[in-house]
Amino acid sequence: MTRKSRRLILIAACGSVLALAVGLILFAMSGSIVFFRSPSDIALQGIAPGTRLRLGGLVKDGSLKRGPDQTVDFSVTDTNATVEVQYKGLLPDLFREGQGVVAEGMLEPGGRFRADTVLAKHDESYMPREVADALKAQGRWQEGGSNGSPKAVTASTEKTLGPRSER
Amino acid sequence: MIVETGHFALALALAISLVQTVMPVWAARSGDPALRQTASQAALGAFACVLFAFAALTYAHVTSDFSVQNVVENSHTQKPLIYKISGVWGNHEGSMLLWVLILTLFGACVAVARNSVPPRLRANTLGVQGLITAVFVLFIITTSNPFSRVIPAPLEGNDLNPLLQDPGLAIHPPLLYIGYVGFSISFAFAVAALIDGRIDAVWARAVRPWTLTAWCFLTLGIAMGSYWAYYELGWGGWWFWDPVENASLMPWIAGTALLHSTVVMEKRDALKVWTVLLAILTFSLSLIGTFLVRSGVITSVHSFATDPTRGVFILAILILFIGGSLTLFAWRAPLLRQGGLFAPISREGSLVLNNLFLVAGCATVLVGTLYPLLLEMLTGEKITVGPPFFNATFVPLAIPLLLIVPFGQALAWKRGDVLAAAQRLFAALAVALAIGFAVLALTWGGPVMAPVGIGLGAYLLIGSALEIVSRALGYGASRARSLGQIGRRAAGLPRSAWGTALAHAGVGVVVIGIAAQGWATEGLATLKPGQTLVSGPYVATLDRVGPRQGPNYEEAAATLTIRTRAGDEVGQVETGKRFYPSRKMAVTESGLLTIGVSQVYASLGEMGQDGGVGLRLYYKPLVLLIWLGAVVMALGGGLSLTDRRMRVGVPAKAKARPLPAAVPAE
Repeated sequence: MTRKSRRLILIAACGSVLALAVGLILFAMSGSIVFFRSPSDIALQGIAPGTRLRLGGLVKDGSLKRGPDQTVDFSVTDTNATVEVQYKGLLPDLFREGQGVVAEGMLEPGGRFRADTVLAKHDESYMPREVADALKAQGRWQEGGSNGSPKAVTASTEKTLGPRSER
Repeated sequence: MIVETGHFALALALAISLVQTVMPVWAARSGDPALRQTASQAALGAFACVLFAFAALTYAHVTSDFSVQNVVENSHTQKPLIYKISGVWGNHEGSMLLWVLILTLFGACVAVARNSVPPRLRANTLGVQGLITAVFVLFIITTSNPFSRVIPAPLEGNDLNPLLQDPGLAIHPPLLYIGYVGFSISFAFAVAALIDGRIDAVWARAVRPWTLTAWCFLTLGIAMGSYWAYYELGWGGWWFWDPVENASLMPWIAGTALLHSTVVMEKRDALKVWTVLLAILTFSLSLIGTFLVRSGVITSVHSFATDPTRGVFILAILILFIGGSLTLFAWRAPLLRQGGLFAPISREGSLVLNNLFLVAGCATVLVGTLYPLLLEMLTGEKITVGPPFFNATFVPLAIPLLLIVPFGQALAWKRGDVLAAAQRLFAALAVALAIGFAVLALTWGGPVMAPVGIGLGAYLLIGSALEIVSRALGYGASRARSLGQIGRRAAGLPRSAWGTALAHAGVGVVVIGIAAQGWATEGLATLKPGQTLVSGPYVATLDRVGPRQGPNYEEAAATLTIRTRAGDEVGQVETGKRFYPSRKMAVTESGLLTIGVSQVYASLGEMGQDGGVGLRLYYKPLVLLIWLGAVVMALGGGLSLTDRRMRVGVPAKAKARPLPAAVPAE
């Protein structure tokens, strides 16, 4: 085998593995990415039911209802709009009314959000970043302001995917 | 006073590491070998200083000196002693100090390891290592000083994040850091080679033990972190493709590629430029991991405090080292004498394929980790790239990689024979396929990927065993005649051969453990004492629920009895929800019952008003194999490290050493 053909084989191998990787990334990007939406986004944008998304906001005071068989209903609000959420499973340790939450799942045709994952903060002084940003965008949140506890002074802690209850 | 002395020692370490950086350059200019020696002494001095600083901080934590800010924020008088010690690195400042401690420890090891490194290479390597140390010490002193005082001192501290109060987390950071930071040595060697403009098999042989050490520890560190997430976070998963996990996985993948390419370089004097690039990339990924985890770009249990100046500083370090080394690479790499090309069908050819798949896999993880960050920075759109993405990209790249592992082992160096290799592996393939189909038939209707994974794992295990057996058996005329002869020959194989087989077998064990999770089951119910919950083949009965008092927490604990479906008692588990008043934080303590290598996993939820409690019960078949396999991999690496060739001195002239090309090792 000549030097040239060896080099060609090497380049072809590199090229094909690279193409495979790029192809896989593009394929996965189109199908498995989840967008973050606030309740206002959902109200304004008219998101099609069945789209997987992350919903973030505050758990509305007085909205938490426990059904039979570990089913929970609650509402997520950013004070401008509110979305009802249904979830079956154990809620995270620090899930409370009036505090930040991120729910992952999809919208049902009636406008209710069926969550299969619920993430809450894992520290008294921590608010999920997406929620804090979304609330800031609504003008409902100041650093250390009245709408919840101030951002971490000493330590903000959460595993990114959060202390969550899954599926 | 001790605290101030610690602070001073840290400043002294900065000065000494600067000397360590400058001396080798000066020595090269003046041609005075005595000056070169100072780099080694400086490395030892820097290590002593940082060790003292670390000991001073540990002392402050153990004695609960609440006049130190760091202790106030992360300690509590009621905290058990082990967590007072682990609290030293359970926070940003202390963990950076640990990082630098390990950095200087490696520097000191290079300085002391007399025989294995040529003096000029050692001096340059220590110089690069000194620069890394200097920059990180500067980072600590200017942005993350662990020794700053609080006046007046409070009476009680804020306590360590309860999630981190766990024996697993006490040892996870040191293991992981030895891995991360260990790659700095490979990096320093690569940069030193670039500065010198020459690189050969001696270089490969000198750098390999360091890479292998770092790799073993990183393997253990990742496994430990994964096991911790599994039992401590209470939702029963073992890997989440979380950016923080990816940050540790990327250097591991690149390090694995580096290990294999160094072998090719040592044996065949090829892939030189590529190996240097990989060494740079591996440490760069460690730095990117540090940046992701420490800068607060990603909020996680690891991002202790978000302070923009720190992020900017780490970003500057990233640019300096990654940009600097890559520029140096672009400038100097053409000077490195290229090794010859080789036949595509050969051991080295298969190792190139291994490198290709590993690097491609690493790239997909990098894209998946950074893409959301970049997109948010550029457009403000927030997205999550979760497990489905990685399952769709990384897994398809990993499967062909695993398939070629035993295959490459069966090929000879230089010129391999595909047919002969296939023949040798025929038994492994046949048995693995049989196992796969048998499992598929037994679990018909279940997930298809699980039997596929089991078959793949079995193939790796049998392939590794066959490698040892066929080498002990010998070929042709030298074929072993008796079992005793096979045994003697197997015992006489180099330890690196055993180490390789063991590490590859470990991969097989991990694959089996992962595949078996396809059959994991989950049960969820609200229970009152006496009621039962079913998951998989096991039934849990809630015996009692009640409050309990821990040293620095209050706990609601539930005791469950686990029985088989037939009613035989297997054991008891206890799960609880702990509330740490000093942090006002609740943590779920999962209960684990180990049955063989499988586990039953119970996790306590909310207390209902009617006396019922929410309970989640998982059955995780063969789950322990995931971490045991990682331990086997690290053991294999460790065994390889004890190989004679890793310890003997490097001959003065590399060319004088005949390359035993016909002996297939590694």
